[in-house]
Amino acid sequence: MDLSFVAIQALSGLASASSLFITACGLTLVFGVTRIVNFAHGSLYMVGAFTAATLVPWLLEFSFGPVSFWAGILLSAMIVGLLGVVIEVLLLRRIYGAPELFQLLATFGVVLVLQDLVVQVFGPQDILGPRAPGLRAPVEILGRRFPSYELVLIAAGPVVLGAVWWLLRRTRFGILVRAATQDRDMVAALGVNQALLFTGTLFLGAFLAGLGGALQIPRVAANTGMDLSIIAECFVVTVVGGMGSVPGAFLAALIIGQLQAFGILIFPKSTLIVVFLLMALVLAVRPSGFFGRPEILASGHAVGIVSRRPTPYGRMLAAIVLACLAALPLLGDAYLLKVATEILVFALFAFSLQLLIGVGGLVSFGHAAFFGLGAYGSALAVRWLGAPMEAALPAGLVLSGLGAALIGAFVVRLSGIYLAMMTLAAAQILYAVAFQWVEVTGGDNGIVGIWPSAWAAPRDAYYWLTLILTAATVFVLTRVIDSPFGYTLRAARDSESRAEAIGIAVRQQRWLAFVLAGAAAGIAGSLYAFSRGSVDPSLLGIPTSVDALTMLLLGGIQTIAGPLVGSAVLHTMRDQVMPVTALWRLVLGSSIIAMVLIFPRGLVGTIRYWREDRA
Amino acid sequence: MSLLSVQALSKAFGGVVAARNVSFQVERGEMLALIGPNGAGKSTVFNMIGGQLRPDGGSVSLNDKAITLASPGERFRLGIGRTFQVAQAFQSMTVGENVQMALISRSGENHSAWTPARDRHRAEARDLLELVGMHEAFERPCSELAYGDVKRVELAVALAGDPRLLLMDEPTAGMALRERAALMELTHSIATSRGIGVLFTEHDMDVVFGHASRILVLLRGEIIATGTPAEVRGNARVRQAYLGDLPLTAAAP
Repeated sequence: MDLSFVAIQALSGLASASSLFITACGLTLVFGVTRIVNFAHGSLYMVGAFTAATLVPWLLEFSFGPVSFWAGILLSAMIVGLLGVVIEVLLLRRIYGAPELFQLLATFGVVLVLQDLVVQVFGPQDILGPRAPGLRAPVEILGRRFPSYELVLIAAGPVVLGAVWWLLRRTRFGILVRAATQDRDMVAALGVNQALLFTGTLFLGAFLAGLGGALQIPRVAANTGMDLSIIAECFVVTVVGGMGSVPGAFLAALIIGQLQAFGILIFPKSTLIVVFLLMALVLAVRPSGFFGRPEILASGHAVGIVSRRPTPYGRMLAAIVLACLAALPLLGDAYLLKVATEILVFALFAFSLQLLIGVGGLVSFGHAAFFGLGAYGSALAVRWLGAPMEAALPAGLVLSGLGAALIGAFVVRLSGIYLAMMTLAAAQILYAVAFQWVEVTGGDNGIVGIWPSAWAAPRDAYYWLTLILTAATVFVLTRVIDSPFGYTLRAARDSESRAEAIGIAVRQQRWLAFVLAGAAAGIAGSLYAFSRGSVDPSLLGIPTSVDALTMLLLGGIQTIAGPLVGSAVLHTMRDQVMPVTALWRLVLGSSIIAMVLIFPRGLVGTIRYWREDRA
Repeated sequence: MSLLSVQALSKAFGGVVAARNVSFQVERGEMLALIGPNGAGKSTVFNMIGGQLRPDGGSVSLNDKAITLASPGERFRLGIGRTFQVAQAFQSMTVGENVQMALISRSGENHSAWTPARDRHRAEARDLLELVGMHEAFERPCSELAYGDVKRVELAVALAGDPRLLLMDEPTAGMALRERAALMELTHSIATSRGIGVLFTEHDMDVVFGHASRILVLLRGEIIATGTPAEVRGNARVRQAYLGDLPLTAAAP
C-alpha cells in the first residue's frame, strides 16, 4: 500500500463524508426542532436525485455551462424543500404529540407513497445525470487520477456546515431553531409562531436532503433503492453524532466516510460492518452520541398492553378459532392453504414483535433481522450441512436467538428513538451481509431448494405443522406476557426509575425479551423459508420489518390478539390488492398514514373500546 | 450504629458544586427532613443515597455496610425503599399489581415466566394497601387514581420491599392541603411501629416542622444547621439563609 493509494482513498472518503453530512444534517435539524425522526428523509434525497437528473440535462440544453448545472442542482433542492413543506403541513403537523412509534410509522408511510410516486413521475429506469461542465477532466494527485467533481464535493460539506452555522447563529430563524432544540416548551410559551418555525425547519431539512441527492447525479445514477440505503446511513451518522447536533453529524460523517473508504481493505464485502462496529463502540461509551444530550431523548409516552381481568370468553374464542383453523384443510382449497400458511407465519412474526413493543415499549424497527436470521439459519443448514427439516428448523431458531442476543446486548442500553434507529441499522447491516456475501448466502438470488421433509411436504401437512408451531409459540408468549417476567417489562416501560427502585434489572430483562422475541421471530422465518422453498435478502429488509409493525398497528398495539388479527387482515388485503394494481405501496403507505391519523387503536382495540364505552 | 450513615459526600456538575462534604446519620424510627432553598442540593444528596447518582467523593453506608456505588436495585434488596417527587407508578397496571410487582421483585421472581403475575402475593399486597388505606381500589387501574392516591400507592410499593430506610422526595408535592397532613401522619406511624428510618425532602414548611423529628438544613451544597424543629427555628444561620437580613418581627405573619 503506497502513499498515493492512501491519499486517494482518504479523498474519496472525504467526498462521501460530505454527501452524507449534507443529507444527515437535514435529518438532525428536523429532529432537533420537531422531535420527529423523519423516515421519509431518505426519500426526499431520492427525489432530489431524480429531479436533478431530469432537470439539469434540460437546463443544459438551453445553455451549456456550469451556471446551468449548479442552478439546476439548487433548483432541485428547492423543489424538494417545498415537498418537505407539503409533508409538514399535511402530515407531520398532525402527529407532533403522537407516540414515537406512530410518528415513525406515519413517516414510513410517506416512504412507501413516494416510492410509487417516483416511479410514476420519473419512470422505473435508473437515470444517470450529466457530468458537471468544467469538471469533466480528472486531476492528478500523487501520480493518480482523481475525479475533479469529487474535490468539489469535498468542499461542499464544509461550505454547507458554514452556511448552516451562519444560519443558526446569525439569523432570527436560526436562534429560534436552536432555542427549540434546547427547550421546545419554553419557545412555545414565549409566543413564537410554532407552525411557521416547524414548516421552515422542514423546508430547510428537505432542502438539504434534496441537495445531498442532487449532488450525487454525476457519480451515481438516480435509482429507486437510494431512499432506504441512505436513510440507514443517515441514522448511523445522527446517532453517532448525537441527535440534533449539527457539528456531531459533521464529525460522525467524517469518521464514517474514512471508515468506509479504508474498511474496504478489511471487509471487502461489507464496509457497513466496520461502521456498525464504530457505532457499537461509540454508543457503549457515550449512549447519546458525540454531542447529543441524554435529556433530548426523554421519550414520550409509550403505548402498549394494559392489565385486564382474564375472561372465560377469551379462552373460548381462542379454542373456537383454533378448531376452525385446524379444520381448514378439509375445504381442499390448495391456494387458500398457501395463503393461510403465510398468514400464520406472519401472525407469529408480528406477535413476537408485540412482546417488544406492546409489552416492553421497545420500538424495534429491525425485527426483520430475526425473521431473516431464522430463515437463513434453516436455509444455510440445508444448503451447507445437508440438514433435514427437523434439524434445520431448530438451526434457524438458534441463529435468530444468537443474533437477538448480540444485537440486543447493545440496543438495550438505548431507549426510545435511538433504539428504533439502531435496530433498523442492525437489520440493514444483516441485509447487506446477506446481499454481498455471495459465496455463502447466494447474494441477491438467495438460496433455493429449501423443502420440507417428505411427511410435511403435502400442503395440508405443512399447514398443520405451521399451525401447531405458531399456536404453541403464541401460547408460550402469552403466558410470558402475563408472568412476572412480562410484568417487569411492562413495569420498566411504564416507569424505568420506579422499576429500578424496586430492584428490577431493567436492561437485563429487556435483553432477555430481545432474545425471546428474536427466537420466536426466527421460528416464523424458518417456517416461511420451508413454505416457499427459498430465502433471499428481502426477508431481512426494512419493508419486512415495517410489515410486522403495520400488522401490529392495524390490529391494535394495546391488545394481545391485535397482531394476529392484523396479520390476517393485511395479508389478505395484499393478496387481493396486489394483483390488480401496480401501486400497492401507495395503497399501503396511505393506509398506514390514515390509520395513524384516524384509527390509532387498531381493529381489536377499537372493537374493545366500543364495547367498553357502551358498558 | 446508625441506620444510615453519610460521610463527606460531594458532587459537582461541571463547575457547580451541588454537594460539599455532606455528613449526617439517620436513626431507626426517626423522621429526618432535608430542607433548603431551591438549588441547595437536596435532590443531589437524595439521589446519591438512592443510587440514581454517583458521588464524586464520600461514602454512604446502611447498617454499617458500604453502599456508595450500589445500584438502585441492590439498595432495594438491602432495605431502601423510595418514593419520587413526581409519583412514579406503573400506569398500565392495577393498584394491586403495582404492589404485587414490588413483592415479586423482593421474592426474586423477576425471571419466572410461566404462572401469572396477578395471582402472586395478593394477600400481602392487600395488607400493604390496607395500611395506606387504598385496599378498596385493589382492582382499579392505577391510571384512574387521583394524584394523592397515587402517592399513597407509591408508599405501599416502597413498603413492599420491607425497607429499613424510606427515602421520600417531596412526599406531599402536588397534594391537597388536608391530604398532606394525613399522608405524613400515616408515614410517621408506620415508621415508629416498624422502626423504619425516614429521610425526606419537603417544600411545605408546615409538613416539615409538624412531622420531622429532626431537620437538616442545606445551603449551597453544605449543611448549615441540624437539630430538632425548635432548634432549627431559632438558628441564626437558617434565619439568614431563608429570610436574609430581615428583622425577626417581619418573619412572622
